[in-house]
Amino acid sequence: MLTILFDGVAYGMLLFVLACGLSVTLGLMNFINLAHGAFAMAGGYCTVILVNRIGIPFALGLPIAFLVTALIGGLFERTLYVHVYARDHLDQVLFTIGLVFMSVAAVDYTMGSSQQFVQIPEALQGQFNVFGVGMGKYRLLIIVVCGLLTVSLQLILAKTRFGSRLRAAVDDQRVARGLGINVGAVFAVTFAFGSGLAGLGGALGAEILGLDPTFPLKYMIYFLIVVTVGGTSSITGPFLASILLGIADVAGKYYVPKLGAFVIYAIMIAVLIWRPQGLFARATAR
Amino acid sequence: MKIAVKRRYFVAAACAAMAFAAAGGARAQDSVKIGFILPMTGQQQSTGKQIAAAAKLFMAQHGDTVAGKKVELIIKDDGAVPDNTKRIAQDLIVNEKVTFLAGFGVTPAALAVAPLATESKTPEIVTAAGTSIITEKSPYIARTSFTLAQSVVPMADWAAQNGVKKVVSMVSDYGPGIDSENSFKAEFAKQGGQVLDAIRFPLTAPDFAPFLQRAADQKPDAIFVFVPSGQGGVFIKQFVERGLDKAGIKIIGPGDVTDDDLLNGMGDAVLGTITAHIYSADHDSPTNKAFVAAFKKANDGLRPNFMAVSGYDGMHLMYESLQKAGGKTDGDSLIAAAKGMAWESPRGPISIDPDTRDIVQNVYIRKVEKKNGELYNVEFATFPAVKDPIKAAEAK
Amino acid sequence: MTVNTLNAKNLAAPAANVSAYLKSRARWSPFEIAFWVFAFATIWLFPGKHLILKDTAILALFALSLDLILGYAGIISLGQAAFFGLAGYFAGLVAKYGIVNEPVVALVLSGVVAAALGFATSFLVLRGSDLTRLMVTLGVSLMLGEVANRYSNITGGADGLQGVDIEPLFGRFRFDLYGHNGYVYCLSVLFVCFVIVRRIVYSPFGLSLRAVKGNPLRAAAIGIPVKWRLVAIYTVSAGIAGIAGALLTQTTAFCSLDVFSLERSADLLLVLIIGGTGYLYGGLIGAVIYKFLQDWIANLTPQYWQFWIGLVLVVLVLIGRDRMRNWIGTVRGAVAGVGVRLLPRSITLGGAAPDGP
Repeated sequence: MLTILFDGVAYGMLLFVLACGLSVTLGLMNFINLAHGAFAMAGGYCTVILVNRIGIPFALGLPIAFLVTALIGGLFERTLYVHVYARDHLDQVLFTIGLVFMSVAAVDYTMGSSQQFVQIPEALQGQFNVFGVGMGKYRLLIIVVCGLLTVSLQLILAKTRFGSRLRAAVDDQRVARGLGINVGAVFAVTFAFGSGLAGLGGALGAEILGLDPTFPLKYMIYFLIVVTVGGTSSITGPFLASILLGIADVAGKYYVPKLGAFVIYAIMIAVLIWRPQGLFARATAR
Repeated sequence: MKIAVKRRYFVAAACAAMAFAAAGGARAQDSVKIGFILPMTGQQQSTGKQIAAAAKLFMAQHGDTVAGKKVELIIKDDGAVPDNTKRIAQDLIVNEKVTFLAGFGVTPAALAVAPLATESKTPEIVTAAGTSIITEKSPYIARTSFTLAQSVVPMADWAAQNGVKKVVSMVSDYGPGIDSENSFKAEFAKQGGQVLDAIRFPLTAPDFAPFLQRAADQKPDAIFVFVPSGQGGVFIKQFVERGLDKAGIKIIGPGDVTDDDLLNGMGDAVLGTITAHIYSADHDSPTNKAFVAAFKKANDGLRPNFMAVSGYDGMHLMYESLQKAGGKTDGDSLIAAAKGMAWESPRGPISIDPDTRDIVQNVYIRKVEKKNGELYNVEFATFPAVKDPIKAAEAK
Repeated sequence: MTVNTLNAKNLAAPAANVSAYLKSRARWSPFEIAFWVFAFATIWLFPGKHLILKDTAILALFALSLDLILGYAGIISLGQAAFFGLAGYFAGLVAKYGIVNEPVVALVLSGVVAAALGFATSFLVLRGSDLTRLMVTLGVSLMLGEVANRYSNITGGADGLQGVDIEPLFGRFRFDLYGHNGYVYCLSVLFVCFVIVRRIVYSPFGLSLRAVKGNPLRAAAIGIPVKWRLVAIYTVSAGIAGIAGALLTQTTAFCSLDVFSLERSADLLLVLIIGGTGYLYGGLIGAVIYKFLQDWIANLTPQYWQFWIGLVLVVLVLIGRDRMRNWIGTVRGAVAGVGVRLLPRSITLGGAAPDGP
């Protein structure tokens, strides 16, 4: 029972790191970025190349994956995305789906279509046993890393100057601009950071979710569920939503394996009927 | 009013359509087209890639002329979506006038095309999909891959004879998975073993953790697993991560789990996994060594897996049938020629069962070992000339 | 024309003027007539292409159903596949067990079943923002997919529904290997549905929908029962999506879980974005472009076609659909000048926007 809980939390944490960049983009610029998963995939493949082919240690590979993906994200934001912000949602969907298709085919072409695995160090394999609760070492690592990230994200948002600018921009873009905040720059940095987080999530998650060229399509739904259930006005919303969904998904599969993903969809619909703006959303000014 | 106009159109159009239908159906005589329908995109894409590469390799090695006819290879992507498969197959039959349809990454794709094969009398050579019933759906279907039961029944026998008493079965919830589960349960029970629980999980399960936990909680001697090629690596990694290997639980199953294509990426976690399957890239024969070397050379070091060898043998079957039929390209002559065909494949001696048009082949029990720094499925026991056990049981 | 001016006009004009206005709008323009004449002419013009044309017709009908709610009522949805799939399975099951043998009757019944589901779920989509609607509709179709997978003894699960035997149409026309009868059937159904939809959107009811789309508050203020209008149109749309699904099952004699997939609904959105929304022909034209573009590229490069499709989409957005539409408008003017002779070739151009937004 507790093992299930543990697995669920680990899974949820992973979902959070993968999806929180998306939630910020959506909240800040009201931009639906379906290509978010492509950045996660980029991070995963980056780690595969670094760790498996070049032989860089896993612990070093993760931050590099973060940086590389953030760089790619920033680059894309400045060159491509910036043209699409002002468009309507349909255009954004079309544009980002196009990017997903391109990334899928490009990765297939360069890296091959088969599943890739990151070689994780021996020390991270296996399981601890604490009071009869089996805990996978790797999953524990995920919880620790993601937990630290969440805390530091929360701190950045709450305590730093950048954080307050970002919050101001999310709450009311026009007023923020009027106050002299360079919203475009704030957004570029946030976008790059969110992409980097996705990349890190992809790198960490390759072990559990698998990594192949169809990754962005396969997990797009999960990211969107996290974001819609959690709401987009804070990061605590998506965080709690991720944990909730992670536990519900794992528990649902454990107790009623035949229903599969039914549980997670049912929860999403129930939540959205109950609170259409997301479970943890504040009333927004928009 | 519009409706009335429409109906007149409709009747006229339908009449015209019938006329077209009557005129069609003639085949080009000087060339032979082979239409491969494969999942080249989507989650099954590695299957398509392997088969396409093998088919091209076969043509490069054996030339493009058979029985005085020029062979042309057409490869189409269906993304493993059956209604695409069906439309593409129709298109290949009607417009390209193909002599053979081949490929079919997943069972629904192969089944969707079966009525077309019957109606148009086009031989359908299945080089991937592994559910037993496929070949019964049309008299024009022959298979060069395998049926799941073919691997599973020897696996159950071997497990029962080697000290495995209690097993939890874990399979993907679709045709081949269910076939595997049923065949395993039946055979294993016959041999005196006990199946504690049979877990089926959705085909697109992203995380096996909860299912593995459920299996582990019942403390079996071994977990019998079938997942489609490609998911096996994730499965085994999570199995090891959960420490189940340390708890003394073995993984057994058909060889999709330790797919040659992916084996090296799975890491040392898979060492010692025991599977039963029809082909290993490590198979010790001169034919296979030549095949593996040529395949790697042509595909940038990619290791051929059982899908590749099935595609390669599919091409062999089509070439030889054309040869044997002496230039006839009608479906009846070709399928008659294919029946009973026997040859030495990279996987060992194989033949096409004249009664069922399904493949008869050796099944090997293998263990994952490290050789020259690479992981291989090393064969250590052989069940010779295994027929599809499900059809064999029905015949009795 | 913006909805606001339209509303103002409606409020100001006497009732007689409104009906005259509606009548003038509802008249079939030469371009529309040319479009349909050409569409039916394809039966004789391209006998070898009937299979892909048949798929295109089904996709077009499916897209039409989405256009009805997206373009006319402003409901964005990723869940049309739910109705498509439900009706597809329904049509397959009634044929398999010989409950309803006549395809046309089964088709209508399938549409009714899908419409019933549409009515039941319409109350879910009436709330929330775009994103919420997207996810709720998507969730419904994915849940149905899981249910179909769960009851694999009825639906065949991931193997697809096997052994569907569709009786000949009107007892005479069998669905042949060449797709001829299938295409004629699908095209005719598409046309009938189109005429019905066209009547709906050009009726006062359709006009009130546009008002709702433009500004729900104001629409409610002038006495339009916003909620029930949306429920009604969503139900109709579901029924049409259902007919498209049933057509697919009937003409392929097969149905698989894939009918519920996200890709199916997403493709639909792409089709509609390419073709444009809110003038009924968007889905039809988008379907033709998307299907043939995909087929063409997939033939050139079976493994990497997605890349090029993706590139086309990205470029399309970067150039801007509005700008493209302006170009098309220019071309259309030129074509119209040259005369009717060139019409058949201008299916993607000349027929594009007889009543563009």
